[in-house]
Amino acid sequence: MAKSTGTVRIVVDACKGCELCIPVCPPRVLVMSRAVNAIGFRYPELLDGCTGCELCAEICPDYCFEVYRGISRDAPSRSEEIPA
Amino acid sequence: MSDLKRAFLEGGHALAEAAIQAGCRFYCGYPMTPSTEVLEYMARRMPEVGGVCVNVESELEGINMVWGATGAGVRSMIASTTNGMSLMQESLSEMVLGRIPAVIVNMGRGQGDYNMCTRGGGHGSNPAIVLAPSSGPEAVETAYRAFHLAEKWRHPVMIFGDFLLSHTSETVTFEPPEDTLGPLPDKDWATDGARGRPPRLLTSLGMRITDAPDGSPLPDAQTRTDVTAPMRLAVQRHEEIAAAEIRVETHWLEDAELVVSAFGVPARFAQYAARLARDEGMKIGFVRPYTLLPFPAETFRRVAERGLPIAVFENNAGQMVQDVRLAVEGRAPVHFIGGISMDSSGFGVGPHIDALHILQRLREVYATRNAA
Amino acid sequence: MATEMQKVFTRSPLLGTNTHSLCPGCGEPNAIRVLMENIEEMEERENTICVLGIGCYTAFAALMEIDCQQAMHGRAPAQATGVKRVLPDRLVFTLQGDGDMVTEGIQEVIHAASRGEKITAVCLNNAAFGETGGHMTATSVVGQKTKSTLGGRDPEVHGHPIRLPEMLQGFEGVAYVARGTVHTPVGVKKTKKLLRAALETQRRGLGFGLVEIVTMCPTGWFVPTADGPRFQEEHLLPIFPVGELKRPAGLDV
Repeated sequence: MAKSTGTVRIVVDACKGCELCIPVCPPRVLVMSRAVNAIGFRYPELLDGCTGCELCAEICPDYCFEVYRGISRDAPSRSEEIPA
Repeated sequence: MSDLKRAFLEGGHALAEAAIQAGCRFYCGYPMTPSTEVLEYMARRMPEVGGVCVNVESELEGINMVWGATGAGVRSMIASTTNGMSLMQESLSEMVLGRIPAVIVNMGRGQGDYNMCTRGGGHGSNPAIVLAPSSGPEAVETAYRAFHLAEKWRHPVMIFGDFLLSHTSETVTFEPPEDTLGPLPDKDWATDGARGRPPRLLTSLGMRITDAPDGSPLPDAQTRTDVTAPMRLAVQRHEEIAAAEIRVETHWLEDAELVVSAFGVPARFAQYAARLARDEGMKIGFVRPYTLLPFPAETFRRVAERGLPIAVFENNAGQMVQDVRLAVEGRAPVHFIGGISMDSSGFGVGPHIDALHILQRLREVYATRNAA
Repeated sequence: MATEMQKVFTRSPLLGTNTHSLCPGCGEPNAIRVLMENIEEMEERENTICVLGIGCYTAFAALMEIDCQQAMHGRAPAQATGVKRVLPDRLVFTLQGDGDMVTEGIQEVIHAASRGEKITAVCLNNAAFGETGGHMTATSVVGQKTKSTLGGRDPEVHGHPIRLPEMLQGFEGVAYVARGTVHTPVGVKKTKKLLRAALETQRRGLGFGLVEIVTMCPTGWFVPTADGPRFQEEHLLPIFPVGELKRPAGLDV
């Protein structure tokens, strides 16, 4: 499992499926979903290996990303596990 | 506050001074006969009271600067003329919808702008309040009244004058009229930086509305957009303004057999002609609308209900006469005794602006007053 | 398993909480985001008034948590002048597109610049009238296909694009001029710095500032959404080069 030193919380229903975030992610840990969101677009899903570099958040026109960085001990990087 | 209380001034200067004494602190203008003198006076006087006067590069820029300054909470004014007014129509229209209480002065060339003033603002559907002073002293009162009404109703106000008003010198006294001494609502719409309060949006596009369609308040985050709301509100506001602010001057209606009507400075000539006619034994009445919008339709209707013919004198091809015809709804004959009358400059001081000329026209119509 | 994650990026409160309905892949929201972040970081939220023009970005009047005035198409620099002249200690900026500022409103921005009005004019340049569906503006590039230049902009018929920053930089009253791009994260971050310099120029009363930001408009360019950045890089940025064109001496931001 790739080490994640960061993670993102994605506001899935704000995404318009523009896919600008996919190629800007240096470790390439964003992939578009198969499912569609509440407004009918596919949206990015996060794989392991996020470094919290913020490049996805910089490019996203719909402000879908909240970015977290820190020390992780190989924990899963899904948004459910982020403390408030 | 200025200590200038009484002076002999040409109308444009008098109006400018009155605006300053009424608290106007932002003015812009573009030189154009016959409104140029307002700009000249403001250029000298505004800096004396710590205000701002900008000689703009176009009327289009001017009206929008006034929009910005008024929206920032400062009493602001622009004066222009006929063609320059045409340039300003888009923003003037939107300022009605956006509820920007600015004062706009049209020193027109003749009176052919009546339709533009009373229909034009609003892309033809939502005009400003229109006041038509007929003398220097009345222009002074009108300046105070314009700012007062603008802020009372949060609605632009237009002052419609002409070459004669702008360039005739009369003794004027600077005193706010009685009806402008009452309290005004707070400027809780002004965009002057959101200090210690939620941010505000001044717009004519119906965005960020904080009321539900039934008028009840929405919770903060649930603002909505309704592009037709500003139009509907403007229509409603016009009805409320009409119920409260109509001003009209009438004389000799009790025994009248013919009523002459005019507005602005030409009305003084028409009134004088009416007096000369009465000296000759003609029973002439006189009606002078001061508010062109809201129009004093009720006054004309009551005249018409008595079957009295109405003769309208104006320096154009017949515009206010149409509003008179609408008001009387066919109950009495309406005659047009005006016409376009300019000198060779085209600025509106033609040979028909003359009491003896109007008197002759009145004699002609009076002679036909009982015809079937 | 414990994670100690620190939130390092979140949406600025000055953008509110609502979503917007601009197109997928539009560059304007990126430009507006860094503009709002600057205002928040400069702690000027209570002191700022934005005058918006008419374009897709007009929708942001419903999102921005600062005082705003809506202007008619092209007229924002004059309206902002009115605000700044009566409230000289506030931060006043315009937010306009190229259709608004460089096409309809070229007179307003030129005169505001020549008068040295102490405002900041922000131009979101996507070389098209986006909101009406993709039509030629004064900045559309030669060869660009739009609904009013079906075969591509032909200089013989439609002339050449206007480069407004280059045009205004020589005016004495103009203190800061720059052009940025938001087609890459690095571009977005650099644009944020340019906007900060422009706002700081105003805060110090140094004169007129203009920042033109080239923004993606795949809808108005009739290209696939994800192709926006590439189209921008290939066709627009060679004509509209990024960088600072004018900066007040001694400005240290």
